[in-house]
This record gives sequence, structure tokens and C-alpha cells, in this order.
Amino acid sequence: MAWPFIAQMNPSADTMALASVEYDLTKIEPGMQVTINWRGKPLFIRNRTQAQVDAAVKDDGASMPDPQPDAERHKEGKAQWLVLVGSCTHLGCVPTVGGGDYQGWFCPCHGSHYDTSGRIRKGPAPLNLVVPEYAFLSDTKVKIG
Amino acid sequence: MSGHSTYQPKNAFSRWMDARLPVGRLVWDSFVDYPTPRNLNYWYTFGGILSLCLGVQIITGIVLAMHYTPSAAGAFNSVEHIMRNVNYGWLIRYIHSNGASMFFIAVYLHMFRGLYYGSYKAPREVLWILGCVIYLLMMATAFMGYVLPWGQMSFHGAVVITNLLGAFPIVGETITTLLWGGFAVDEPTLKRFFSLHYLLPFVIAGVVVLHVWALHVVGQNNPTGVEPKSKADTVPFTPYATVKDGFAMSVFLILFATFVFYMPNALGHADNYIAANPLVTPAHIVPEWYFLPFYAILRAVPDKLMGVLAMFGAIGCLFALPWLDTSKVKSMRYRPQAQLYFVIFVVTCWILGVCGGKLPDDHVIPHLKTFTLFDADLNSYVWLSRITTLYYFAYFLVVMPVLGLVEKPRPVPETISSPVLGDSDKKD
Ligand code: HEM
Ligand code: FES
Repeated sequence: MAWPFIAQMNPSADTMALASVEYDLTKIEPGMQVTINWRGKPLFIRNRTQAQVDAAVKDDGASMPDPQPDAERHKEGKAQWLVLVGSCTHLGCVPTVGGGDYQGWFCPCHGSHYDTSGRIRKGPAPLNLVVPEYAFLSDTKVKIG
Repeated sequence: MSGHSTYQPKNAFSRWMDARLPVGRLVWDSFVDYPTPRNLNYWYTFGGILSLCLGVQIITGIVLAMHYTPSAAGAFNSVEHIMRNVNYGWLIRYIHSNGASMFFIAVYLHMFRGLYYGSYKAPREVLWILGCVIYLLMMATAFMGYVLPWGQMSFHGAVVITNLLGAFPIVGETITTLLWGGFAVDEPTLKRFFSLHYLLPFVIAGVVVLHVWALHVVGQNNPTGVEPKSKADTVPFTPYATVKDGFAMSVFLILFATFVFYMPNALGHADNYIAANPLVTPAHIVPEWYFLPFYAILRAVPDKLMGVLAMFGAIGCLFALPWLDTSKVKSMRYRPQAQLYFVIFVVTCWILGVCGGKLPDDHVIPHLKTFTLFDADLNSYVWLSRITTLYYFAYFLVVMPVLGLVEKPRPVPETISSPVLGDSDKKD
């Protein structure tokens, strides 16, 4: 009997009908990032410069809380494009691009530093910024979700 | 103290009523003839003040709800509409938003009073725990109320606090999804928070009734901590307590009005006058002042789950206090060593509040760089909050149990009236 009253709190059918978004990548210059709204959450699409990619790859072996090589964080052959859920894995604030000790992202709320691969390097956040499900529809278009 | 009733119905109607539903008798016995210890000081007036605060919040809240729109698209604008267009809307909203702060000022003083005079000790454990329940409900209510204007602080505060629960293993994410009604703080979250924000104050009112009932069963504690032994130890509630409470309420209302009319936004954050934007977090996000000590405890612990546990544990300590304090003497008036630890405890809570409002890595003493201990400079607010967090817990878990066994209290008077009517006993 109590279940319907608890279950009504869960996401409703229209919320569950997961919205997906498409984005035209030509709008993003190298070194820039856009933030779009995806299912009520911020989503980062970042066009990384070669230097930023190199910095991320160079640190693949460094010790970090949630180790993962840079190659696993982007689609094959698309190292310049990073697509990430823009919620800090600590308590969900939106990290600012380009800040912090590793020039990836810095979360102002409690000081989490992410590198240019979106990996957590320093601070209270336990995990890397999440890579959502997405696909390239063409060289210049991605579909997220 | 629920002795026999002295109520005498004065006219035909009240006699008729008294035989059917004796409300008149209940009020007489509880608020007129009710014996109160003769030595209650002004620290004992905050109970009445708190009832006043609850009444004010409920009345202003019901009026606000008549003009407020609980939707992500409409909430912020409807609050602006209340401020600009609704007749006296600004006044009612400022009373409600500052009223929440006044409520917490009163509840903290009320609680420190209880800590000092040992009001949580037998036979008042249930009374104390009901108070802790009210405090928890107040925090939930205030948190959800703060989300309603749907400004930047409302929104990102809600994100951070709901994510806290996500720290719990296994059930955490289920609980946050359940709270959000989606995959992020959004429309469904706002709607349910509004519904609950309307409900909880009435739940609080219900628990207050239990709290007062429990109070009237065991009787009030008093600054000596000695239970009343004879009629000489008590005075009737009316006029003694009613007048004292009334005077204290008037002074309190002057403070209240000073905030409402002269600095209505002093306790708030400018960022909350910017409409919520899920894509940008304010650079410096802090909760309302009354949550700051707990926020500091959360951030003092480097691990996410442990931080959350420490924060809840800080409140849990209050619930356990009746069994943590081993002292035979109730009031700290006769416990000089306990007084010292108590004063440090109050200062500690204050410092934690200050830390909660600062960036963790900021220097406490400006421009002085000391050395890095583990993960932060020693001269930083993180370290200050770590030290004070340690003392906060030590007060409950070490000082209270141990001191009661080893201290040497001063002599406690035989009765309440003996120090009042004679001896040179020091007053504090
Ligand atoms: C324990 C009692 C209560 C507390 C501590 C409390 C606290 C708060 C707080 C802190 C806010 C945010 C104020 C702001 O910054 O604008 C708020 C807003 C609000 N509250 Fe309450 N509240 C209480 C009772 C109620 C009740 C009983 C109702 C309705 C019947 C209510 C209705 C509202 C509404 C409609 C708002 C949004 C409008 C606004 O932001 O001014 N509140 N409350
Ligand atoms: S939310 Fe990002 S560090 Fe806490």
C-alpha cells in the first residue's frame, strides 16, 4: 500500500523518456568549451588544443584517485573533443573551465581540481567527470544521450 | 507537576463547557495556575519566543503561498512580484525570510541554555529529544523554504545538499533520485519542496505540543538544577512567567523589526537575487548562517562519506547527550570545570560558523604562510575547522562522560529558595 506513495516520488514517465540533444561542433573554436543543458544537468563540450591533449596523455601514468588513460575518455581518433557531464562528482557544483592546478576545470565549491582530461587530481571529489553516452553523427555533429 | 486542578468556572457558559470539553481548564492549569520555579531567568524566555516565531512563520507563510508560484519558470518572478506588486508583499516576505533567522537565533540560545543548566538530564530526556526533533524539522523546513525563491543560491544550495545524501553507499543514489524526481534538481524538486515546506511547520507545531506536554509532566528545570520541593520554590505562571515572557518577546521583536526594516538582506546572499541557472555555480556558495557550523564540519573531513557522517553525527550527539553526561549535578552553576569547557564549546561553535562561511584554503591570519600539513596550509580555515570539529565531538564524547566522574562540584543548595532568600551564593 505504501509503495505507490513512495514510487510517485521517482522520475515520471516524461522525465524518463530520456531526451537526447545534438550539437554542431563547428561552433566551438579550439581551446573553447560550450556548456549546454542536458536533462537538467550541464554538459561540457570542449575542443582541446594539442597542448592540452598532450598534457593529459603525459599524465596517464600519474597517481590519481580514479586512474584512467586519456584515450578512454574520448572517441577514437577524436582526441580533441571531450564531452563530459559538467557536475562535480563531489556535490554537483559546476566546475569552471581552465582553472585549477591542472588547467582542466576547477570546482569553486570545495576546491576540486580536474585535469584537461576531466580526471580528478586534487580535492574532495572522488571520481572523474562523467563521460555520457554519445556518438558522432558526422565529423561536425554529436548526439548526446 | 500535573497536580490537582484549581480551575473554577466563573459563569454558566464556562460551567456548561467545562463539563463537555474542558479547554478553559486546560489553559488555566497550563498557563495561569501552573507553578514555575521562582528563580527562572531570561534564558528561560526563549521557549515562549520560539512559539511566537512559529506563529509568525506560519501566518506570513500562508500569505506568501497565496501569491507564490511553485514552478521553475514562475517561482523567481513570483517572488519579485510579491516584492514589487503585492500590497505590503515586501513586508510579509521580509518578515518571513528574516523570521527564519530569528527563529534560529532563538532556538540556539534555547539549546545552549539547556546545555548549561543540564535540562537534558533525568527526568527530562524525552523533553530534550523532542526538542532535538523540532530542531531537525526546523532545519529541513528552512532548507526547503530557501529553495523556493529559485535564485542562484537556492538552486545550487539544493544541488549540494541533496548530493550529500548521495554519499551513502548503495541507497544514496536512490534517495537523491527520489528527492529530485528526475536526474537533477529541477521542476519536480521545487514542487515537492513547496508541498513539504507547507506541511512541516504544522508537524513542528504538533511536536511542540508534545514538547510542552512533556514539560508540564516533569516540570521546568531552573538555574540551580534543583527540583522544586515546596510551594516556597515556585510561583504561578501568571502573572510571573507571562509578564517576563511578554517583556522578553517585546525586546526580541525590536531586534526582529530592526532586521526587517533596516537591514532586511543582511543575513541573505546577493546571489539569490539572480534567477537560478543550472549551468553556472556562484563562485562562493555558502548556506544560510544557521547551517554554517555543520557545513564547516562537513568540509573539515577530506572524505565525502565520512564528512557527511560527521555532519549528521554532530546532531546525533545532541540526541545522545542525556546518556553521555555522567554528572550527578544538573546545573553547571555548581560545576566550575564544566563551565570552562562549556564556554570553549560555545566559542567553538562560533568559530565553526565563521569557518563555514570562508573558502577552505583561505588564510586565517592574512598573508602568513606557515607549512603544509597533509593537504593544506596549517594557517587555513580547513585546519581551523578540523581543530574545532575535534573539540566539538570531544565535548560530547569525552568531556561530558569523563568530567562527571572526576570533577569536584561546588555544594548544591538544598532547595531553590535557600540561595534566593538568603546565603551569599554567587549568582551567574
Ligand atoms: C518553521 C517555519 C518556517 C520556516 C523556518 C520557514 C523558512 C523559510 C525560508 C528561509 C524561506 C526563504 C525566504 C527567502 O529567502 O525568500 C521561505 C520561503 C517561503 N515560505 Fe517558509 N518557513 C516556515 C513556514 C512556512 C509556512 C507554514 C508556509 C506556508 C503555509 C511557508 C511558505 C513559504 C513560501 C510560499 C515561501 C516562498 C516565498 C519567499 O521566498 O519569500 N513557510 N520559508
Ligand atoms: S561540489 Fe565540487 S568540490 Fe564540492
